[in-house]
Amino acid sequence: MISIEQLFSHLGYKKFSEGDLQKTITTGYTSDLLSDVMGNADEGSVLITIQAHKNTIAVASLVGMPAIILCNGRTPTEDMIGAAKEEGIAILATSESQFTASYKVAKLLALV
Amino acid sequence: MTGSLISVPLGTTMRAVQHLMREKAITGVPVVLNKRLLGIVSMDDIIQALDFGYINDPVEQHMTTNLILLEEDMPVSFAINYFDRYRYHRFPVLNRHKELVGIVTTRDISTRLLWEINHEVENLERMNQSTRITDGLSRDVQTFSIMKHDFENAGFASTEIKKKLKLNKIFPRTIRRAAIASYELEMNIVVHSNGGHITAEFGPDEVTITSKDNGPGILNVDHAMEEGFSTANEWIRSLGFGAGMGLPNVRSVSDDFSITSDAEGTTVVSTIRFSDREIKQQAEEDVQHD
Repeated sequence: MISIEQLFSHLGYKKFSEGDLQKTITTGYTSDLLSDVMGNADEGSVLITIQAHKNTIAVASLVGMPAIILCNGRTPTEDMIGAAKEEGIAILATSESQFTASYKVAKLLALV
Repeated sequence: MTGSLISVPLGTTMRAVQHLMREKAITGVPVVLNKRLLGIVSMDDIIQALDFGYINDPVEQHMTTNLILLEEDMPVSFAINYFDRYRYHRFPVLNRHKELVGIVTTRDISTRLLWEINHEVENLERMNQSTRITDGLSRDVQTFSIMKHDFENAGFASTEIKKKLKLNKIFPRTIRRAAIASYELEMNIVVHSNGGHITAEFGPDEVTITSKDNGPGILNVDHAMEEGFSTANEWIRSLGFGAGMGLPNVRSVSDDFSITSDAEGTTVVSTIRFSDREIKQQAEEDVQHD
C-alpha cells in the first residue's frame, strides 16, 4: 500500500492533477475499455490507460480509483483535468508504455 | 455542416473552379465521382495554378488529395479537435458508405455551438425540474434526461445514484453493482440511442434502475446480450466504449433484469437488492447511532 504522494515521487511522471495526496493505492488495473474497468477494477487501484478524456474520470470516480496514469505520451484534455480536480483524482502522464507503467506500479506496491 | 454541396466532376478545369469560387463566394470545391470524394481544390491550389500557369489544366492534376475526413455521426467536439490539430479551414464529411454528404467549416461550428448552448440551458432547466419526485410511498424516485452523444455529461446519473445509496449507508459492494448497472445503461443511451431517461427508484430493500430511450431500437436483442457483440462505430470505440460488455455487465450485476426493444425504443429494467447481511449491518449501525 502506498500513498498518492509516494506514487508521484517514486514514478516521477508528469503531474496534471494532484488528487488527494493522503489517499492510498492498494493495486493497479490496466485497461483501455471503460466497461472493463467499470466491471472488474478494484476500489483503491490506480488506473493505467491511454484514455485521456473526461469519461475516464467518471469511471474512476464511480469505481473509487484515486489515481490515473496516462501512458504512451497521451496528455489529458482540459475538461479531463477539470473533472479530476473536482473529483479529487490524481492524474499522472508518461511517455512510457502501459506495460512499463504497470510493472513499475506493481514493484512499488511490492506485488512482484 | 453544409449539406447542399457545390462540387465539380473530373475533367473540370482549374479556371472553371476559380470562376465557381468567385460566383458562389466559397474557398474550397470538392471533386466528386459517383458521390465519391476524389479531392478538393482550395483557394491555395488556384493561386498556385495562376502562379505557375496551369490554370487551364483539369482539376485531377492539381487538386489536394491528401485529405482529412470526418464521419457523418461524429460529434461536433471531434470536428473542433480536427480544426485545432490540422489547421485546415474545412473538412469533407462522409457517410458510412464513404459517400460525400457535406462539408464542415469553422463557421458551421460556431453557429452550431450557439444553438447547443441555448439547447443546453433549456435542458438544464428541464433536468432540475425532474430530478427528484417522492411518490408518497416512501419511495424516492430520481429521473435524469440523457442526450444522444453527450459524452460531456455522461456519468452524471450514475454518480447521483451512487451518492444517494452512499448516503443511505448501503453496502459498498451493492453500491458498486448499482453504479455498474446505471453507468452502462447511461452510456448505452449516450452511444446508441436518440436520447432517453434513466430512472432510479429507491425502495427499502432494493433500487430499481430503468433506462428508457427514444429509439432506434435494438435489431437483435439476443446478439446485444452476447459478450463482445457491439454495433458501435470506430470513433466511439476509440474512446474506450463499444466493447460489447455493457448489457452483459448490467445483467450480471442485477438480481432481476429485463429488456424489451422495438423501433420506438428500448427499455431495460435492472433491480439490485440490498442483501440481508447489509440490511442487518445497517440496522445495527442505526441502533448504535440512536
